[in-house]
Amino acid sequence: MTTIRVSSSSLREGRWYEYMIRFVLGGAATVVTGLISSRYGASIGGLFLALPAIFCASATLIEKHEVRRKREAALAGQRRGQEAAALDAAGAAFGALGLLAFAVVFSALVKVSVPAAFTGGSLAWLIVSVAAWYARRKWHSVRRVRNADKGGGCEISR
Amino acid sequence: MTEYVVRFLVGGVVVSAFAMLGDVLRPKSFAGLFGAAPSVALATLGIAVYHHGAGYAATQSHSMMAGAIALGVYSVVVCQLLVRARLRAAPATLLSLVVWLIVALGLWVVAGGQA
Repeated sequence: MTTIRVSSSSLREGRWYEYMIRFVLGGAATVVTGLISSRYGASIGGLFLALPAIFCASATLIEKHEVRRKREAALAGQRRGQEAAALDAAGAAFGALGLLAFAVVFSALVKVSVPAAFTGGSLAWLIVSVAAWYARRKWHSVRRVRNADKGGGCEISR
Repeated sequence: MTEYVVRFLVGGVVVSAFAMLGDVLRPKSFAGLFGAAPSVALATLGIAVYHHGAGYAATQSHSMMAGAIALGVYSVVVCQLLVRARLRAAPATLLSLVVWLIVALGLWVVAGGQA
């Protein structure tokens, strides 16, 4: 089972303009959500709280970093870059489950207590996303062991 | 005008913080969880509560459920476009925004959404 760890290498690889792009995209997404809410109503505006605008920038940066790393080692890194971005997208799918949990808990609590809504919603996001990610890893490692067992069985029969 | 400047700054800071957290975490699939962090939601709902009250924020978070389900579908589509269709990250993530919009609006209409 892969353990979760912290690696600062990506921060060192990042260029200042890449962080600037994410800052501007994040600010723009928040402004656009506000504009849509005031123009078309809070209900339509709420949809855009889960707009994957930032994800586009993050996935592109991940791919770019991976390609750059491979190029420095004199290798073609396009496929590796796509795979790294795909892994990020798979993680985002589980994060979306957490985002759903955030919305459910927030809407249930916000009229009772605003601080409880923010705290409860954030905790729900963290717990549900991490649990979903962990369950998938576990399922994958069980499947890998089963496949290895099957492979071993074939070898014995041969 | 001031409200939108505040929105821009708060949104930029919160989104950048979650993005940097995602950058330093490994493995990549775990870091991907932060690509779907409620960063825009935290900034927007905080401002919504301050300016319009809890009822307004509750309405927004109701609709956000449809947006979150659409985000899950979007992530799976992006993953497939990258792995099977072998598209680059930029076209894959941008093209899939159409899927996000269709699913989000479709769910909103099915749930009887009202502006």
